[in-house]
Amino acid sequence: MITFMNNSDSEEEPCNERTSLMSAESPPVPSYQDGLQASEAGEAQAHRKRRAGSSRGPNNIAGGEMSGSGVPVRESALENEEEELTLKYGAKHVIMLFVPVTLCMIVVVATIKSVRFYTEKNGQLIYTPFSEDTPSVGQRLLNSVLNTIIMISVIIVMTVFLVLLYKYRCYKFIHGWLILSSLMLLFLFTYIYLGEVLKTYNVAMDYPTLFIVIWNFGAVGMICIHWKGPLQLQQAYLIMISALMALVFIKYLPEWSAWVILGAISIYDLMAVLCPKGPLRMLVETAQERNEPIFPALIYSSAMMWTVGMAKPDTAARGPSQQTWDAAEDGREHLRSPSHAESQLSETRSPVPTRPIASLEELEEEERGVKLGLGDFIFYSVLVGKAAATASGDWNTTLACFVAILIGLCLTLLLLAVFKKALPALPISITFGLIFYFSTDNLVRPFMDTLASHQLYI
Amino acid sequence: AFLWLLSLLAASLLWLLSVPLSGREDAALLPLGAAAALLQELCRFACFKLLKKAHEGLATLSEDGRSPMSLQEMAYVSGLSFGIISGVFSIVNVLADSAGPGTVGIHGDSPYYFITSAFLTMALVLLHTFWGVIFFDACERRRAGGLALVVGGHLLASGLTFLNPWYEASLGPIFILTLCTGLWAFGTAGGSFRNLLKCLSCEQQPEGRAVLYSALQARPEE
Repeated sequence: MITFMNNSDSEEEPCNERTSLMSAESPPVPSYQDGLQASEAGEAQAHRKRRAGSSRGPNNIAGGEMSGSGVPVRESALENEEEELTLKYGAKHVIMLFVPVTLCMIVVVATIKSVRFYTEKNGQLIYTPFSEDTPSVGQRLLNSVLNTIIMISVIIVMTVFLVLLYKYRCYKFIHGWLILSSLMLLFLFTYIYLGEVLKTYNVAMDYPTLFIVIWNFGAVGMICIHWKGPLQLQQAYLIMISALMALVFIKYLPEWSAWVILGAISIYDLMAVLCPKGPLRMLVETAQERNEPIFPALIYSSAMMWTVGMAKPDTAARGPSQQTWDAAEDGREHLRSPSHAESQLSETRSPVPTRPIASLEELEEEERGVKLGLGDFIFYSVLVGKAAATASGDWNTTLACFVAILIGLCLTLLLLAVFKKALPALPISITFGLIFYFSTDNLVRPFMDTLASHQLYI
Repeated sequence: AFLWLLSLLAASLLWLLSVPLSGREDAALLPLGAAAALLQELCRFACFKLLKKAHEGLATLSEDGRSPMSLQEMAYVSGLSFGIISGVFSIVNVLADSAGPGTVGIHGDSPYYFITSAFLTMALVLLHTFWGVIFFDACERRRAGGLALVVGGHLLASGLTFLNPWYEASLGPIFILTLCTGLWAFGTAGGSFRNLLKCLSCEQQPEGRAVLYSALQARPEE
């Protein structure tokens, strides 16, 4: 425990950044997203790939304009189409995000409920130095607020540092930092997790097997996240590292501090994404000016096509060209037929200049999903995990928080469709989650317990 | 589900307020059960309003003026989600306890607690689904009869569970109620004996396909 507590500055890194929801702009490489920046970085990518994903349509079109197609008439026509398509496919994108968020939460809740280790108090992170063991309520509250202030300031400092590094083009440093942190997550935390799970179920495993398993898991994870790999594998790895990170937070954050931190970080997220002078916003704008993707893999992308078409925007557009002709075949995975699509694309490209763009948009909208920062996954899972761990052993609270978070995510996506710009994904969901946690734990639970004891159904 | 949770929250708030008034935890349960049922129906109405708006929005946005999901499908989904969340909230703690060590009814209560809970929850889930369909249809056609029967049915079902250790009086009627409500919902949704026969004999319906195809053909000319 002591070793990773000392390394926790690099573990902090993953959690600073990714707290926002962005549209489906996808950089050519699986990119890191400091959540907030990612959202706006998406617009930076717009000129390269006009992912209309969910609700970034018009911005994408605007971005596309930037790259030189600039015909205003086509723009407005496309915008209308975009709106329709956006809302039509919006539901699909919502589902595409519900599934990974739900999976992450299920993993966290299942672990919390079964593995004792993550609910035992074994010390605290160096970021939350004040203990909550004090007898008086006021002192405890004060300590948790101080812990929160320290944690949030650490996050702000890290983010500003990252922005400065990016601004002064220290790419190698950033890449190294990110690689180091994901290395630690994939190897060290997985080792600890596996150890605890094996202990819980009393399964014996020898060191050579353990070494092979962890080595393979970690190596494939590094490749998938930082380089190329099948989309679903990449998504699975991102979900797993979010769950691991959330479990660490659940274990090492004292109770009241955890709730106050959740509240504070959603406020921070709101301000950092929407305020014009926020560091993340600056980062995104810088990335936009330079027309480049931000960082590898700290964002979860529900995009259907990631790796093959990564390097070439053309191949990315292959599937969608089919879309205009076969509107009914919604469920078809256009990505699976690259060569076919490519030929289609080339023939649609030649005749009318406006046509291919429309098909490109529809295509990209169809295949690009929405992107959600990993920090959002982590904090959602922390909320639900804490509810599972500390709510008097009650499943109702956990379920209520889960529903609240999903509804918050739904609302955020709706706002995304309306505002068409990067939005913080944390505030609404966390607010709903917190309200439901406290109200269900204190109000609903005694009511339901009384009803259940008399076997009454309402 | 969210709306159902809100109604539950409101009901528990009411209950919490009633506890100090009466001094006992379970004194006010009967009127509160009724209040909770009414609050749930209120939330179902809110759900209807929301979904109706969404339906109209989707219809205006789509190319052929019809929304991709019909109002009946929305009614079914809404009823089902109310049922699922209500059932889950009723039974998940019981399930969690049943996985642990213990003896059912050791203090003199009925030993059939778990199995009757399971059946009651199932009936409740089905009832909510049926009520959703009937309710939405009644609201759509502005028929007060349907609304009154749904609310009345809910109050009846809740009330019957108050008879609970006397399972013959509660389980039996609830299941009969479920069956009747199910048949009524089936009729409301447009089903009939003939439809059922047609469905069971797996007949194809080619005319539907033709409409779709022609709608598609129109697109490339745009």
